[in-house]
Amino acid sequence: MLSFILRRLVAVTPVALGVSVVCFLLVHLAPGDPLSAVLPVDATQETIDAMRSAYGYDKPLPVQYFIWLWHVLQGDLGTSISSGRLVVSEVGRAVVNSLILASVATLIGFTFGTFFGFVAGYFRDSALDKVASAISVFGVSVPHYWLGMVMVIIFSATLGWLPPTGAGPDGSGNWKPDLEHLRYMILPAITMSVIPMGVIARTIRALVGDILSQDFVGALRAKGLSEFGVFKHVVKNAAPTALAIMGLQLGYLLGGSILIETVFAWPGTGFLLNSAIFQRDLPLLQGAILVLAMFFVALNLIVDVVQTALDPRIERG
Amino acid sequence: MTVPVPSAPLSPASPTGPAVAIRNLSVTFGGRVRAVDGVDLVLERGQAVALIGESGSGKSVTLRAIMRLNPENKTKIEGTITVAGQDVMSMSKKELTRLRGRAVAMIFQEPLLALDPVYTVGRQITEAIRRHEGLGEGEARARALELFERVRIPSPQRRLDAYPHEMSGGMRQRAMIALALACRPKVLLADEPTTALDATVQIQILLLLRELQAELGLSTIFVTHDLGAAVEVADRIAVMYAGRIVEAGTARQVVLSPNHPYTIGLLSSRADGALVKGSRLETIPGSPPDLANRKPGCPFAPRCFLAVDKCHREVPPALEVAPGHAVACWRSDDAAAAFRERLAAPAAA
Repeated sequence: MLSFILRRLVAVTPVALGVSVVCFLLVHLAPGDPLSAVLPVDATQETIDAMRSAYGYDKPLPVQYFIWLWHVLQGDLGTSISSGRLVVSEVGRAVVNSLILASVATLIGFTFGTFFGFVAGYFRDSALDKVASAISVFGVSVPHYWLGMVMVIIFSATLGWLPPTGAGPDGSGNWKPDLEHLRYMILPAITMSVIPMGVIARTIRALVGDILSQDFVGALRAKGLSEFGVFKHVVKNAAPTALAIMGLQLGYLLGGSILIETVFAWPGTGFLLNSAIFQRDLPLLQGAILVLAMFFVALNLIVDVVQTALDPRIERG
Repeated sequence: MTVPVPSAPLSPASPTGPAVAIRNLSVTFGGRVRAVDGVDLVLERGQAVALIGESGSGKSVTLRAIMRLNPENKTKIEGTITVAGQDVMSMSKKELTRLRGRAVAMIFQEPLLALDPVYTVGRQITEAIRRHEGLGEGEARARALELFERVRIPSPQRRLDAYPHEMSGGMRQRAMIALALACRPKVLLADEPTTALDATVQIQILLLLRELQAELGLSTIFVTHDLGAAVEVADRIAVMYAGRIVEAGTARQVVLSPNHPYTIGLLSSRADGALVKGSRLETIPGSPPDLANRKPGCPFAPRCFLAVDKCHREVPPALEVAPGHAVACWRSDDAAAAFRERLAAPAAA
């Protein structure tokens, strides 16, 4: 198992390098000069040139890449153009907030998704299945920013039960694990959980249906197992795939929740990306994308390892 | 103080009656497809009966009905089934789980599909032992090891920790047999146990089954479409067609003096009898009837070389043509005569 993990780590390195190239280039593909956003409209050519060489934008692209990569490897993602703060600390704070929110949302989504998925899979084509399937289709197809706004209208504006935006009462943008901060998390977490819930429910419904139609389920009954005994076998058969989906969903939520984080002004990576894009803050954008991409690569690695540990049919040697 | 009495059996089990008795069994799927249509079958203790027939003749469905393994919500079962005198049809779910695996065990056609892929083989055997006998993992494992030795799996200690996909086909079927025997059942149901195996492995498995049956005094029902396998292991043979038993008798009676045109067709379409160079492999013309749209009369009539008007109108009852040899055919005498004629002049066909 250890050698498997090591080999996976080695295999991940070129992927990570490729991701870094894409991250670097993506930002340069966008039209317009990165400095135009921060410089005054009437800046002289001299000022512009000075700024360009200060940020290194006057060098050829490959050189810029290697300089950037060298700094990145040392943990230096540069300085944010708009705020002047270190990108590492900005992104780090945002990643922690996002990770907390995404983890809670994934957990909620996984719990309900698994429940609905098993119910739908076990009672296929029954009324229960129709209800559970309707909920999961709603989860994958409803526009989430819209759902977020509706939640805010109902639970904040109308009922006044929960705060509509932010991560805490102080507005500092750092989530802390206490009751007051928890109230701020409820709405965004539930809104966000609807996505993985739908995906996981649909996956598990299909998985359970497939497993129950296999011969070995009949054979398990034939040896006298109770329905609960059979259920344990179904769970163990469904687990590797279900956990893999859950891991990938967590990855998607980490970086892909720009709209939801913006609706709730949650100080996470999505929110950060959103402002970095609008402020043309290149170093911040690059840093945020790179960190998110690395998280995704790492999650994939973990999913791979967990799946291999759970499913004996996957080759370890 | 009263001495605790072991809980009484579900219904008085007769120690001398047949191991399995099926009376007038009908199985209907989805309210339309009558897969089994009035089957009577008696399995005496220590006996082996082979149910043979082509795909869709209802032999596997009959076998599964003995443990009520057919999906309950889509299946209608009529008739009576008793195992060691206990009425299977009236059993509750809980009583069924006590019957399955313990009194009656089953071997499946394709062990790779019938074993859970994510559990080790040993674990699947100890699971059954622990469930039925409440033993600890250690004792259960010792029993599993014993069983592996008994079915002659090489390096059994190591194989207990193997997953199904890590074993060869023959080895898997041996493990499946070990699993079936784990709780010392009295009745063994084997659903085409050799169909998915290589020819050489088939023979080994058949010999193993025959040996175990004799040693353990098992009563066995064998489902197969291989007449050769049936003759190898069975005392009696029952031939099924379109959900009915059309001929039943001792293995010798059925193979050497068949009285039903379908049995004769099966016997003549065996490849080993027709391997003379230049001779054609004989087949039965036509195809089995649509079980959702049963027509009156004998279901085999449209394909029968002896069929007369009456065959298309009335279902023939099963009648004894010799002691212990029953045939459901209006023209069984002519069929027997036709078979003798064929034996006399095999090349003419």
